[in-house]
Amino acid sequence: MASGKTTLFEKVWNAHVVTEEGAAPAILYIDLHLIHEVTSPQAFTGLRERGLKVRRPERTVATMDHSTPTLPKHLATVDPQAVAQLDKLEANCAEFGVTLYSLASEKQGIVHVIGPELGITQPGMTIVCGDSHTSTHGAFGALAFGIGTSEVEHVLASQCLLQRKPKTLEVRVEGELSPGVTAKDIILGLIARIGVGGATGHVIEYTGSAIRALDMEARMTVCNMSIEAGARAGMIAPDEKTLAFLEGRELAPHGAAWDAAVARWKTFTTDEGATFDQTVAIDAATLEPMITYGTHPGMGMPISGRIPAPGSLSDPAQRAALEKALKYMNLEADAAILGQKVDVVFVGSCTNSRMSDLRLAAGVLKGKTIAKGVRMLVVPGSKQIKKQAEAEGLDRIFVDAGAEWREAGCSMCIAMNGDMLKPGQYAVSTSNRNFEGRQGPGGRTFLASPLTAAASALRGHVADARTV
Amino acid sequence: MNAFTSLDSRIVSLPTDDIDTDQIVPARFLKVTSKKGLGDALFADWRTARGDEFPLSRPEAKGAQVLLAGANFGCGSSREHAPWALVDFGFRAIVAKSFADIFRGNAIKNGLLPIAVDDATHARLLALRTADANVTVQVDLASQTLTLPDGSTATFPIDAFSKHCLLNGVDELGYLLSFEANIAAHERRAP
Ligand code: SF4
Repeated sequence: MASGKTTLFEKVWNAHVVTEEGAAPAILYIDLHLIHEVTSPQAFTGLRERGLKVRRPERTVATMDHSTPTLPKHLATVDPQAVAQLDKLEANCAEFGVTLYSLASEKQGIVHVIGPELGITQPGMTIVCGDSHTSTHGAFGALAFGIGTSEVEHVLASQCLLQRKPKTLEVRVEGELSPGVTAKDIILGLIARIGVGGATGHVIEYTGSAIRALDMEARMTVCNMSIEAGARAGMIAPDEKTLAFLEGRELAPHGAAWDAAVARWKTFTTDEGATFDQTVAIDAATLEPMITYGTHPGMGMPISGRIPAPGSLSDPAQRAALEKALKYMNLEADAAILGQKVDVVFVGSCTNSRMSDLRLAAGVLKGKTIAKGVRMLVVPGSKQIKKQAEAEGLDRIFVDAGAEWREAGCSMCIAMNGDMLKPGQYAVSTSNRNFEGRQGPGGRTFLASPLTAAASALRGHVADARTV
Repeated sequence: MNAFTSLDSRIVSLPTDDIDTDQIVPARFLKVTSKKGLGDALFADWRTARGDEFPLSRPEAKGAQVLLAGANFGCGSSREHAPWALVDFGFRAIVAKSFADIFRGNAIKNGLLPIAVDDATHARLLALRTADANVTVQVDLASQTLTLPDGSTATFPIDAFSKHCLLNGVDELGYLLSFEANIAAHERRAP
């Protein structure tokens, strides 16, 4: 900025530029590289073929989450291909000296859940992972983004990436959320408004009183889905809540190192008067619980609304996309979504599988039973969350209500592990993608908050938790 | 990486907006540990659902190296399996109104050229292709030119570094590693 005022993003970016020469992209240093079984095997193969080592194994952390079973039966009985991939990760980590939180570890879980949980996700860091929802870690004021497998190899070998500087988009959310409206509704509301490509080429910084009021878990939910608006990353400046969350975590700094880190972390904020390339303002008070009706996360609406009609859209490509989506979903234009039948309810994923999410869902279900014919899966984001939820008795609430309480993992968010919809089934899901077949070939997904998911499980159709 | 200079090819037309990488390669095909052979997984669910009518399954798709898509192609998951599958199937270039960020980067690293064109060019190409399934386009990377079947031309953007890498088959990791001294210096000064 000519004014010398910089944004949070620019501060983190500037602190990590190794060099920036001529027309070439910048070389950006990466502080933390998270890896999992699905997008890393080919990268390790690449290293081996070139005779390279992992440059900084201590900056690399691996876990198993995408294709792991969520029933405590032996892995080998699930899927030989998935087992081979998990074995490969184990062998690669052993060979290259990378710490792995495997299925046997008490700290295993969804990669974007365990980073913050362990305290390795910290303000001002650059964090990457071969997974688009790496944006989750931006809730701590880190610049965190998803990369492809070639880039996983680049980071393993050089601890750096070639990057073009993205533009900045401020999403300012002011005011107070109404009761029953959550972080998930903020982000679904944003994506419905700006579209799935609305933030392409940009890093979002979420600001405003409604964002400040969110706890860290809710902030993670917001940043998590930044990618669904096409953003490179989503960030929230660290504050007292960020520090309180990290203090005392196993892998966060301790003692004098903590004090030094805090002093540094506090510098990672947007200067008064710094400018963004674009700004979007949202009035929190006007938000309602949101739900998607179509086949991408931008096809979302307030839960009390009516499904839009293709005829109401002027752009022919958008009209065709909506027609195709409604056909896939087998939904009628202009119909209400409340009351739409539901076969499966999924509470989980890196978007909504943390303690506060489970507490919200349990609060709706407590002492009640889910509707006959509905299958409900509750999948905690990590083993540590599972343990804590059980200590609080949440597992009993779920099981007594008729839901299945599972082991930690990605599960039905991506349906790689056998947890999946049958063709034609409808699910209310707290995950982040409602793409065709995402939760199983032919499956149909409504994305919503844990409150809406639990209320819909009770009713057997899409229901508003505020009136259940 | 395969170098890219120019090509002259028929077109597979799939002009839907917001085609996500879950459609390009459904998740169940991600359990592989190699990059090869993913062409069979390309658009697997759409291919099954639409049978012989699906654009990739039609006779004129055989040997085609150019895919014509809509806006925001490759959104969603960061899976590089998407460009691996497209390349394995035989594609070398995608013409679209726009691309998702991660997909664009992944494509270039695999010698697959993302060609973003304006709405008018897109509409013209789509009309020509719809009128005749066997028309061809020419792509010339050095001049950043797309020549439509009617002889009209459009230029497309690409940053100078990516262009250099694609034209010469330069591999980015080799380039990165040549900065070892700078990387080490950064590590010494960073906290
Ligand atoms: S929970 Fe879903 S979105 Fe999150 S990392 Fe796993 S598969 Fe990806």
